[in-house]
This record gives sequence, structure tokens and C-alpha cells, in this order.
Amino acid sequence: MLLTISTTARPATDLGFLLHKHPDKVQRFGQSFGEATVFYPEAGDERCTAALLLDIDPVALARSRGKGSPDFSLSQYVNDRPYAASSLLAVALADVFRTARAGRCASRQELADTPLPLEIRLPALPCRGGPELAERLFAPLGWRVEAQPVLLDEGFPEWGDSRYVRLALSGTVRLADALNHLYVLLPVLDDGKHYWIASDEIDKLIRAGEGWLRDHPERAMITRRYLGRRWAMARTALARLAELGDEPEERLEPAVSEEAPAEETAADEAAAAEAEAQAEQPEAQAEQPEAHAEQPEAQAERPEPGAAGPDATTSEAQQETPESDGAESDGADLEGAGVVKRAPLNLQRRIAVLETLEELGATSVIDLGCGKGELVGALLSRPRFARVAGMDVSSMALTIAARKLKLDRMPDGKRARLTLFQGALTYTDKRLSGYDAAVLMEVVEHVDPPRLAALEQVVFGHARPGHVLVTTPNIEYNVRYEFLTGLRHPDHRFEWTRAEFAAWVARVAGRYGYRATVRPVGEPDPDLGPPTQMGVFVRD
Amino acid sequence: MISIPELSLVVLVGVSGSGKSTFAARHFKPTQIISSDFCRGLVSDDENDQSATPAAFDLLHHIVGVRLSRGLLTVVDATNVQYAARRSLIDLAKKHDVLAEAIVLDVPEEVAVERNSTRPDRDFGARVVIRQRKDLRRSLGKISRDGFRKVHVLRGVEEIDRAEIAYEKGWTDKRELTGPFDIIGDVHGCRAELESLLARLGWEGLTHPEGRTAVFVGDLVDRGPDSPGVLRLVMSMVAAGTAICVAGNHEAKLARALQGRKVTVAHGLRESLDQLAAEPPEFVARALAFMDGLLSHYVLDGGRLVVAHAGLKEAYHGRASGRVRAFALYGDTTGETDEYGLPVRYPWAEEYRGRAMVVYGHTPTTRPEWVNNTICLDTGCVFGGSLTALRYPERELVQVPAEKVWYESVKPLAGPARDPALLDIGDVRGTRHIETRFAGRIKVHEENAAAALEVMSRFAVDPRWLVYLPPTMAPAQTSALDGYLEHPDEAFDEFAAAGVGEVVCEEKHMGSRAVAVLARTPEAALKRFGVAGGGAVYTRTGRPFFTDLEPLVERLREACEPLWEALGTDWVVLDCELLPWSAKAGELIRSQYASVGAAARAALPEAVSALEAAAGRGLDVGGLLARTRQRAGNAALFRDAYARYCWPVDGLDGVRLAPFQILACEGRATALEPHAWHLETLALLDSPMITQTRHVVVSLDSARSRAEAVAWWESMTAQGGEGMVVKPAAHVGGRVQPGVKVRGREYLRIIYGPDYTESLDVLRRRFLGKKRSLALREHALGLEALARLAEGEAGWRVHEPVFGVLALESEPVDPRL
Repeated sequence: MLLTISTTARPATDLGFLLHKHPDKVQRFGQSFGEATVFYPEAGDERCTAALLLDIDPVALARSRGKGSPDFSLSQYVNDRPYAASSLLAVALADVFRTARAGRCASRQELADTPLPLEIRLPALPCRGGPELAERLFAPLGWRVEAQPVLLDEGFPEWGDSRYVRLALSGTVRLADALNHLYVLLPVLDDGKHYWIASDEIDKLIRAGEGWLRDHPERAMITRRYLGRRWAMARTALARLAELGDEPEERLEPAVSEEAPAEETAADEAAAAEAEAQAEQPEAQAEQPEAHAEQPEAQAERPEPGAAGPDATTSEAQQETPESDGAESDGADLEGAGVVKRAPLNLQRRIAVLETLEELGATSVIDLGCGKGELVGALLSRPRFARVAGMDVSSMALTIAARKLKLDRMPDGKRARLTLFQGALTYTDKRLSGYDAAVLMEVVEHVDPPRLAALEQVVFGHARPGHVLVTTPNIEYNVRYEFLTGLRHPDHRFEWTRAEFAAWVARVAGRYGYRATVRPVGEPDPDLGPPTQMGVFVRD
Repeated sequence: MISIPELSLVVLVGVSGSGKSTFAARHFKPTQIISSDFCRGLVSDDENDQSATPAAFDLLHHIVGVRLSRGLLTVVDATNVQYAARRSLIDLAKKHDVLAEAIVLDVPEEVAVERNSTRPDRDFGARVVIRQRKDLRRSLGKISRDGFRKVHVLRGVEEIDRAEIAYEKGWTDKRELTGPFDIIGDVHGCRAELESLLARLGWEGLTHPEGRTAVFVGDLVDRGPDSPGVLRLVMSMVAAGTAICVAGNHEAKLARALQGRKVTVAHGLRESLDQLAAEPPEFVARALAFMDGLLSHYVLDGGRLVVAHAGLKEAYHGRASGRVRAFALYGDTTGETDEYGLPVRYPWAEEYRGRAMVVYGHTPTTRPEWVNNTICLDTGCVFGGSLTALRYPERELVQVPAEKVWYESVKPLAGPARDPALLDIGDVRGTRHIETRFAGRIKVHEENAAAALEVMSRFAVDPRWLVYLPPTMAPAQTSALDGYLEHPDEAFDEFAAAGVGEVVCEEKHMGSRAVAVLARTPEAALKRFGVAGGGAVYTRTGRPFFTDLEPLVERLREACEPLWEALGTDWVVLDCELLPWSAKAGELIRSQYASVGAAARAALPEAVSALEAAAGRGLDVGGLLARTRQRAGNAALFRDAYARYCWPVDGLDGVRLAPFQILACEGRATALEPHAWHLETLALLDSPMITQTRHVVVSLDSARSRAEAVAWWESMTAQGGEGMVVKPAAHVGGRVQPGVKVRGREYLRIIYGPDYTESLDVLRRRFLGKKRSLALREHALGLEALARLAEGEAGWRVHEPVFGVLALESEPVDPRL
């Protein structure tokens, strides 16, 4: 809500010319969610400080969203917007200092073109990623960064730091650049889900980032975060249930994350590429505003060897986990070409499953827990699989799958082979019957152990396909992942050792009349075994 | 007089102009008549467009099929003079196990031609009629062999005009018999055991002093020592009008054998034939007539009870066809045989979702088990098991043991068939209408069910524990009092206006809503919930409170010890609040509430000093400085508001439970008891883990009583209390809210934001209607779940309304209410 810009360039009061705001006046600018006021707490020759104070009326803010707003969560009403330097401040800044941000100053153009000694202070800057992130984003732009974390609650020191920092930037920077840095980077640091994405956001990003964004080492993350979380809008019902359960909404996100763990890679590159492409063809985006949100996803599917491999530069390397699904290319094109060895684990797993299905002679396959539909897509690309079904419990995952599979544009013949539906493996379901093979790829470990018996009954007792393929992580292998603490995915309810999995496979096979073997998936470690294990069940 | 079954497909046959539509309109309801002309119009906008005929008949067949599957008498008004047309309708009737009747209207050619000529839309001349009449003539000779139950031919205009329709009740339809019944399982010639069982049931000879009716599920004969004796007894009871009996597969086979047909003599048929050989021939003849005349099944008690020898799926109830009879006698066989050479039966009961109770026998089991409102009473008496009766409507089982093993079973008796709690996706998916006893049908929309399915299957506790989810609760109407958004006055006024005399105000504990399901012993849990264990404690969305629930459950079971005696139960479901709020909501408090506080604390003082500096320079910052100072003050109050509900817990130390309602215990949905009863009973709990719920009772017609409660609320909320819940002292029902909440002024900062007190005028324009309607619907679903639980219904029946509550909770409503 408060931003101060100071300069020590003499005469310091020239800041008033550059900002087009007179130092001896208090000027107010109405905003849809409150009022922005520009005033000067100090205005001497030596030093002059301009303050932008955003007085947000939270009630008006909530109302300005209107009835069409899909986000019905309480955080819409009780939030940090009246206090923190969020996207709202960025919007106000862009509005109030429009001319200055464009670098124009009729009376002192040479001053506007000159880097000046500047100090910028933001007392409460939301900074997801900690003070280091502020350093990483601002330092490459020539700023000296002081980011001091703010304690969450002094009464509860054990709660630690909040996501806010007290930020002070100092450096010799052109004022217009400084304002553009803030305009782009405030929402990026905030990474808030309440940052609404309008169809012209890519344009705005490109304009504000001119001259500095392209070469910024964190360009990919900036782009991704600036463009916001694409799925934030689809969650009404789930969000409400999260809130009822006193839980943050993120907890209910589908186990297939929208951009899985190594998030700052393929999708970001794609988004950045998209942004650049847009810059070159500004007329292209005008026709289809809807397409923007879609494009980055679609781009991510395209094989981009540079972004896909294990060597891909990840700016938050500590977040990388073995399940780097987000960083993959579509396997269908690669697997035949001997890339298998270097392929990420999830791709190897998919290839192993596909090969096993072919070996078993299955022609109809149901993918139970199909997630974003990668396996379903690979199955569809092989004509031998005459009927392919994907089931998932998450309607959001199914929406993503439908989009990634381009369901609406799929030719009738292919479309007729495919069924996608929502279901849960703890409920018996007639729709699961009648397939040669069922695949549970990385699914069982998402089920609470006491509910596994129900899953077994539903799949092996009721659906009773001729073959069942079950893959699951081998927990013994986890020590090989340097940065991994705990299980491989936050939603995993358990992970099994080789012995535990073998025992489960044998018990289920015996109980339901199947013969079963366990096969390794991925490069096995001599002591720890393979990263993934696969149970292959054949009905007696 | 034309007599047709109440449920049948009536096919009118006659040439164009024979008067079918007039005839149909005179005898049937317009909705019962589906005419080909009408369908042709629907698919082509022209009733005479012959090119649309194939499409019209597709539609006609579809409509007829839907009606028949719903058990509706349907009349097809089309010429139907050709065999193929009639054949397809007969097939359709068969497909839905409904009898087909033909009514032929045979008028002289000149009458039909004459009638057509007066209708401008039928300008096809005599040629068509002549051709149709030729078809009809050709048909009439053999139409009786088409497959109709009866063909009623009306010749001439006069006969057609004079015809009257009478309805025959279906043979299996005994809905008028309302019992009470004693339904008796497979006897298999065990006369002595049957006599003991009847005596145990209170029968005196052929009658019961309470006027009960015996219902035999078939298989009276074979294998056992005295099949003639059993037949004699049952036949006498049936003749006396005190018993009815459905056909078993053994009666069917014995009858065929007695008729001299070739049958394989096995499975104990030999014994019956030998025993009957010693009987007088007149008896054998009577027994044969009796057995041969037994029906496949009966629908009893207004449709609430169905008895069939091997059970019957819902689509077959009250229907008549070969396959209905086959199902009723032999079960849903898969065609395979097991290792003992016996047919493998498809477990139809597991998928049964009908409302009627189905009682049957046929498959010997060690003990009878309810599966989806069906029960098999064959407990293998002849194999040395027992003979079982079910008292209806009491649902009470009465058994006598076999006197000996009369016949060796080739296959060991089967145990209980399935995990009765296994749920089917059909129980929850899609748009659903849930029947409740307190608020009629409640609709659940598909998209809400989808969200609930995700949460339920990914996060909820085992559904066997999940017998209830608490409903949402609306706030009292908005207060107009200066400085308040909510105040007790509105709650009191609301209930007084609804005619409630007394309300109870219960302290609202600021924690997390919790439902505790506790069993005294693992055996009690297994018996009641089908899962061994101590119980579960879960949130409003069905999530377990802790990853490892056992320690909490253990402590609570210990704390609830006094309830077992007091309630005469060995399990209990409690509605509670789990404290502190931070125990469950810690992550939310930190990420949302504390973050807001931190941002405010970091930003506001700097904003104040910047404004002060500007003011010091002589700038007019106007009201902004005062307002920013006010905000800093509000932010501090906001911080205090949430911090009150946070205290550190170490494991379970510091966790407390505040129960305020006993939802259910053995045989009772206690949720309907007055609140005073709940609070008194819960006051028996004396454990450091349990927090009592402070409350006051208010007589709404006493101004003093009201004022005292308001003062109580004021003092509680001034100290930071969340507020209170005002509930009618006893269950009211109807459109009266089961309770409304009145939240404290400071507490509401957490909900409406730190500065809400500055914009009360805007906030007062809140809309409560949707929340209140949701509260009523969810409350009704919750009570329904508890009632079903208390009545011992199947797991999926309890799950259905519980799932409904979760689905409704995903409806978007203003989350601040």
C-alpha cells in the first residue's frame, strides 16, 4: 500500500518533474478499489521523497470483482491487499505515473534519460520465495537489495517469518526503468492467485519489460508468474470445500499438479517463447483472447530438448523432485528413437507400461487415475488399442486432459476410441469393466492405506480386467534424490519398499485369482533397486 | 368387456379409418396413448410425411420403452396390420417383462374409406385402406400366435362402440396385503423344524393370534425327511388364508417330475419322490396342483416388500415374463458352474438399489445378512444349519436349529457374501434427488457431486465411519444496531415469530467442527460400522483430524465411558468442536490471517510516519492520516481476534473436545432429542479432555430472560468469544432453522476483515436466503443419514445423504455468512 521513491540527485526536487507530481501538493487519484494519493514526506534539494499511498477499501475491492467472479473464497474478503505491495499497487503505479513510466518528461527529458541515484522502499512486499528471490530479481537490474523478512506474529515466534519483506532498493537507474521494474516484479514476487489475468497481459508484460526482461536471468520465472496461475479460476467448488476444512486451497489441488514440481522449466520457456512470439506479431493475439491462457500448455507439449532433459536449468533447483512430470516432452515422438535411456522417469514408466500392454496383447485399455492424459494420448496414437479410457477423480485433471488431447478437434474415428470420465477407485463402477487391461500408474500411493482394500475390490474384484498394471515408487531408491525430503509427492500417502510391494502384489493376486510378476522400471541401482516398480497381473 | 393387465402394452390393430384414435381416447388417458401420427409429426413437422415413418417408429419405440421401464400402461395407436410391426412391439414388451395385449378393430372397408374421405389430411384414397385391410385379413388368422397374451377382436362399428375395458391386477401384485408377516426360509422337508419355528413365532395351528401371515420363500420340498408333511402343512395354511408361498426351483422340478416329464433325479428329488409314493394319489394330485400353481414372486405391503425364492432385481418387481420367473426361481446365474458343479450366481443383491425390501432364500449361508435392503433366509436347515424366519415389519430374525444333518451338502455353507459397505459410483454420481424423511426430496447437482467425489475419495476417512457430516449454519438476520452486524435480538425475534417458545443459547467454541464416532469395543465397531477399530474423529469435510487418529480416539473413548451406561449403547456419534482452532487450521491461520496481520503491522506504521512527515511539511493530507491510524488500531484488534484461538499443542496435550450434541447411538437417532437432554447427558463427561458447553435457556416471551441472554452474549464476546448459537429448545422441523449463529463483534473481524466496522452500512446489505436454504437442506440430509444409521440400513444408504451434505457444501455462497 505504500511505496516511497527517493533521490539524492541535485536538485532532488527535480523528482517532481520526472514524476509529473508537484512536491508541494497532495494529489489524489481514484481507483476502482480505493484511492491512490501521491505526496512528498520530504522535498529538499539534497533529498526528495515521493510517496504513493494506496488506500484500499477492501469491501469495494471485493465488490469490484462482481458476481461473475469465480473465486468465492474468504480470502477475497480478508486479505493483505490493503497493506501489502501487491499487483494492486503495481496497477496504481502504472496509472498514476504513466508518463514517467514511459520515460517522457517534456521539461527535463535529459533527466528522464539519465540514470539517477534512487532509493525505493516498500515496507510490506509479499515475496514468495523469500528475501533471496527479491535479490535474484532486482540485483541483475542494477539494484542493491536489502530485503528484511517480517515476522509472522510476534506473539507466536515459532511461526517464523511471514511471506513479506521490508524491501529497500538503491541504485543508479533511470526512473522510467525503476518504475517498470516495480510494475512487472511486484506481482511476480507476490505470485498471488488473486492476480486476474486479462487477455492483454502478455502485451503489457512485453511493453513494460522492454530493454531488460529479455536478458534477465530469471526471465522464465518472471514470465510464468506474471502470467499467473492458469487454473486458479476453475476451482470454485473445491475451494469452498477447502475452506470448510480450514485448509488452504492448494491442499485440494489435483495430485497431478498443473505444472508439476520442476515448474520453472518447460512451461516457462514456452510462456516466454510465447511472449516473444507475441511481441513480434502483435496482431496475432488480438483475434483470440481466449487462446493465450491455452497456448503455454500446448507449447509445453512440443518436444523442446533444451528444456526437457534432466539438465534443464531450474531456478529453484531445491524444488526439483524425481517426479518432474512438468518438465517432460511428449514421449510419443521420442521413445522410438533410442532416447529412452536419457528420458525422464515418468517417460520411461510410460514406455514400460506401453510395451507391457503390447506384449500382453491388450487391445482395450483403461487408465485408472489418468491425470493429464499422457498415457491416454500415447495409447491413442497406437491404432492397436481399439478402445482407450481414462478415468480420474479430479474433474480439473480431466479438463486439462481433454485440452491436452485436443478433444474438441479430434477426428471422429479417434474420438470414438476414447472415453474420459470422472470416477473414484473406492467406488465400484460398471464403467470400469470390459477392458483387456487396466493401468494404475502411480496411483495406489495416493490412496490412504485403509482404503486400499476397497480399491483392490473395485479393480480386481469387480472390474476384473484380464490384465492389471500397477506402478509405484520404490522408496528405497529415494536416497538417490539429493534434494528430496520425505516422499516423492506431497500427496503420497505412502511409498513401498521392493519387499512391501512384492508382498502386496502377491497377496492381491492370490486373493482375486491373478498371476503376477514384478518388473523394474528405470535404471536400477545395484543395492536400492529401480526407481519405479511395476506389478503385472494376469487373470487366471 | 375387454380385460387387460394393469401393467401391459396394449397394441391397437386396425386399418386407417378404423377408429383407433377415437377408441383409445375414449378408454385411455391421453398420456397413455402413443400414436405413430403424433411421433411422425414430432420428427417431421408433418403427421402425414411417410418418409419420416422409420424415424417416427424409432421415437415411438423409445417412448414406449421408457414408459414400460417405469411400469406404466402404454397404448400404441398405429395400424399394426403387418406382422413385423407387431413383432417389434411384442419384443419391446418382452424386453421390459411386460405382457402385450392386442385389440383389433375390424371395421368394414367402406366405413374406413368413408371416414378417411371426410378428413382432408388423408387424401390417399381407398387404395391404402384396401391394402391395409388385406394385411389385416392375412394377420387375423395367426395373430394369436404372435406372442400376445390375448388378442381381443372387435368386429364392426357397433361392437367397437360397445366395448368396455376392465383391468386385471397382476397375479404377483399383493400390495394390499400389509402383514405383519412371518417370512420363512427354505424348509426342504424339515417338517419338525418348521413346526418348532412356527411355535416359536407364536403360531397356534394354522393361525397366529395376532393375525400374522406366513410367507414361504419356496423350496419346501426335497432332501429332507418329510416333504409331504411340509406340503400338507403349508397347503393347509394357504387354504386357510394365513399363508402365501412363492415357487422354489425344487417345487418346479418336482412338479415336472410328477407330471411325468423327464428330469434328472438329483439334489434330493429322489427323497421327495419316494416319500410322495407312499402318499394317497389324491394328495399327490393336490400337491402337484399346488406346486404347479405357485407364482414367481409377490409384491406385498404397498410395494415395500418383495418375496421371491432366489431374490429379484428391481426392474423385475411386479413384472411377468419367462426370464423374471427364471430369475426368481434360479437367481441371476452366469451360466458357469463352480468346482462343486453348482451354478455360479451373479451377486445381484450387491447392486440392488431398490426401495422395496427383498426377502429370499435359495442360497444357503451360515447367517442371514442384510445386503442393500435384501436378505437371504436360507440358513441350510436340511444341511444341519437352522431354519430362519424374518418378522416383518419388525425386521427381527427368529431361528430354530436343525435337529440333525438331514442331507450332506456338497459344498460348505457360504459366509457373508460381501463387504456391505462397498459403495457404488451410482450411489453418488450425477444429479441426484435424495429422499429424506424430514424435508422431502433434496436435489444435488452434478457439478457439486463431482467436487464432493474428489474430496470424499481423496481425503475423507473410511466411509464406514463417515456416518454424518454437519450442516452449515446461517447467521441471525442482520442487526441494525449501531456498531453491530449480528445481535441476539434478531435470533430471538426470528424464533418467536416461528412460534418457538423456548430457545437454548449455546456458547460457540472457536475451534474446528468435529464429528466423533466412537465404539466401546472393536467388536461393537465391527458389528455396527463393519470396521474394527475404536472410531474416528473427522472434520466438516470428512477429513481425519490427525494423520494418526488412534491416540485421539483412544482418549475420547476413555472420556466417553459414562455414556455407554447412560445411553445403553456401545457406540456413539458426537457433534463437537475441537479446540484450539490452531490444532487443525494452523496452516490456514498462518497463511491467511497472520499474514494479513504481519503485512498490516509492517506497512501501516510507515504509512503513518510518511503522512506525519508530509503533514509536518504543511501539506494537507486530509483525513488520510486519521484513517490510516484507525486502520493500524483495527489491525491490532484483528490480530488479537485470531490469536485468542491459537495455543500451542504438543501431540494431544492441549487438544480439547467440546461435544454439544449426541447424534446417534444404538437404535436411536438421538439428534432429534431436545437440547437440554444433550447438554445434561454430556455433562456426565468428566475428563480434562472434554470442555463443557456453556449455555442459557431463554423464554422468548420474557423480556427479562432475553435481556439476560443478551448480557451473557455481550460479556462473552467482549472477552473475545466467538459468539453463540441459538436453537429451538426442541426439534421443530419445517422451514424453521435448526439454529442460527450470533457472532461477536470482535470475532467478525476475522471474517469481514480488520476494518469491517468502518463499512457496516455496506455490509448490512448481505443476502442470507441462500445460506438459510442450504442450512435447512443440509440439516435434513444429516438427520436422514442418522436415521438410516439408527435403523441399521446398508452402508451406501447412509453414505448417500452424507455425500449429499458434502456436495451441497461446495455450492458457492457468501463465505462470510
